[in-house]
Amino acid sequence: MRTAVQGSAVRGRKGFGRRHAATLTAAVLAASVLTACGSGGPGEEEAGGTLEVWVYQDASTKVQREAVERFNKTSDVKAKLVEVPGEGYQDKMRSAMGTPNAPDVFFNWGGGSISNFVEKDMLVDLTPEIQKDEKLKDAFLPSILNAGKVNDKIYGVPMRGMQPVVLFYNKDVFEKAGAQPPESWDDLLDLVDTFKKEGVTPFALAGTDAWTELMWVEYLLDRIGGAEVFQRIQDGDSSAWGDPAVLKTAETIRDLVDRGAFGKNYASVNYTADGASTLFAKGKAAMHLMGSWEYSNQQANQKEFAEKGLGWTTFPALPDGEGDPKNVVGNPTNFWSVSSKLKGAEREAALEFVKTAAEDWYAEALVDNGDVPTTSGSEDMLAGHPAPDYALFQYDLVRDAPNFTLSWDQALPAQQASPMLTNIQKLFNKQLSPEEFVDAMKALK
Amino acid sequence: MKQAVPTASPRVGRPGIAWAVPGVLFFVLFAVGPMVLVGYLSFTSWDGLGDFPSVSGTGNWERLFEDPTMRQAIWLSVLLTGVSWLIQTPVALLLGVWSAGRQRNRAVLSAIFFLPLLASSVALALLWKSLLDPNFGLIAEIGPWLGIEDGNLLGTGDGAFAAVAFVAAWQFIPFHTLLYQGGARQIPKSFYEAASIDGASTVRQFFSITLPQLRNTIVTSSVLMVVGALTFFDTVLILTEGGPGTDTTIVPYLMYETGFQAYDMGYASAIATTLVIVATAISLLMVRATGFSKMRSTREGM
Repeated sequence: MRTAVQGSAVRGRKGFGRRHAATLTAAVLAASVLTACGSGGPGEEEAGGTLEVWVYQDASTKVQREAVERFNKTSDVKAKLVEVPGEGYQDKMRSAMGTPNAPDVFFNWGGGSISNFVEKDMLVDLTPEIQKDEKLKDAFLPSILNAGKVNDKIYGVPMRGMQPVVLFYNKDVFEKAGAQPPESWDDLLDLVDTFKKEGVTPFALAGTDAWTELMWVEYLLDRIGGAEVFQRIQDGDSSAWGDPAVLKTAETIRDLVDRGAFGKNYASVNYTADGASTLFAKGKAAMHLMGSWEYSNQQANQKEFAEKGLGWTTFPALPDGEGDPKNVVGNPTNFWSVSSKLKGAEREAALEFVKTAAEDWYAEALVDNGDVPTTSGSEDMLAGHPAPDYALFQYDLVRDAPNFTLSWDQALPAQQASPMLTNIQKLFNKQLSPEEFVDAMKALK
Repeated sequence: MKQAVPTASPRVGRPGIAWAVPGVLFFVLFAVGPMVLVGYLSFTSWDGLGDFPSVSGTGNWERLFEDPTMRQAIWLSVLLTGVSWLIQTPVALLLGVWSAGRQRNRAVLSAIFFLPLLASSVALALLWKSLLDPNFGLIAEIGPWLGIEDGNLLGTGDGAFAAVAFVAAWQFIPFHTLLYQGGARQIPKSFYEAASIDGASTVRQFFSITLPQLRNTIVTSSVLMVVGALTFFDTVLILTEGGPGTDTTIVPYLMYETGFQAYDMGYASAIATTLVIVATAISLLMVRATGFSKMRSTREGM
């Protein structure tokens, strides 16, 4: 429970954010409350009134707090920040959206987390707004802005730090084994053997939290078949799961498992209670493929390791892979979206408010807070970051990435994301063969 | 004195219907109403957003009968119910009877036994999750002795299921012990005194007096246990998340996952309705079969 750092900001669906148990009764009640409110229709806002701005509450919230204060100094329409405690954010947002109590401006993860709202015409299409403002258009890194799109339209303005998935390694363990971080896939396979001989688990993997296994699948498919394969899946073409690259990805996973790349008991290891991170920090595992929040996570729990022993590198290319090895997967950032129920002056005000995220002071505030902003040309600011090397590594990684694939569990509609995670877990646990995995994924609707 | 009896009797025995109104209202509002709504929702296709959905046919129900995950979930729920009963009943019964004694050491120990009952099930599940961590938990130390290599318990289907059943037992045995303790204390001492005079051993006394006298308690406890196991949820959510794969996805967890992770409210409602029907049917059946509803006295002839 201690690690409510940034990791929890990312994971809405499974693992993080779901730790508080709802009882059966609560589930039944929630369903009835939803229906009762759903029939109400949008409520009337007072003229010149307030904007209700919802944000996920964690260590980064203070930047949004400042944005609201600054905005209210000049605007007639006042913004009111509602900080929703992290764990329940996605549930609360989802439940509220269908009701008159829906927020006017709200924090989200882009992609699949808002695609249902887009279908129901609940959000303002920000594409024209961003196109007509030359400065705004160039304000953000292109791969970030693209990653948050739904149906090729922009519904969100990036408002927090980037969270790419990075291959972390334990410097001490590498030194002891006389090894170098992997630069190619063959290096990586050699390292598996090296560390097995040393009695160290090559890769820490939290097999009880399927989204950590998803990261492997995401990177492998990207390297093998290119970002286009998942893009097709994301666009609703479920036959794209039948692409040979998906099968190759599944076979590669199986190969890694059989080689013992994740050790023997990975299926019981968790991430949410720090199982995998501790394993890695204590030198019992050599590498860990994880979101960039792992750094702050380690800093909170294993400070010495984070400062001296933690190394990072990119995910290597695969032989004959079609994907650009510069591509990145993960969580590009979080976004502000605007509710389409706003009209006239309030809508104008809301648009003004979300644009503040493109301003220089906002990016600086993010840097001060330890985040890496997604605005373009921010390299110089990063000198002021608490960990400048690490921040610059991330920033360059994302800036130079032709494609930043949004985590699949966020990119796909919830109806598919949940069974997808289950299938991936079954693939890692050998409950599904690579062929069966492909068939199961093709069947997702 | 004798005259008072006839004047008082007609009114005192049965309070007016008005007394039941708050309870009935509460029940209708928070139980019957939602249940009817869920029944309706099971015939719709709804992602929880926007207007109240209109009926879209029996698609959810057709899917329910073909869904292998649902079939597995039903089997796992039945298995969990059976296993829970088999573990919990004997242990709770023995502990309850033992703790019914008035000795001081028994009182102290029972107080300790009842502790898990006081903690929230979420906290308990988190605690066990840490204990079952294969590298740093207790299981890493004692796993090899128990034949669990590498502490890999939660990562195997049978292991995870056993863990859920065990944590459930550990958590709920105190409650059922409490029931049996109360039941055992109700048994008149004279029975045991008479039996001792006839030369019956302690074991004989247990089987011939205690067990038959606890009949109603056993039924109550079993009904609670069965219904509780059928609707068991929080431990699964935290300890295993229904995994590995779907190997601990029991029906309530499948319902939660469908409704609140995949936001398929229609199908989730169909699962919920099935659960309500099955759980009600089983508890009715148990009450009937055991003659609990007749509430026959076990002390006829006293």
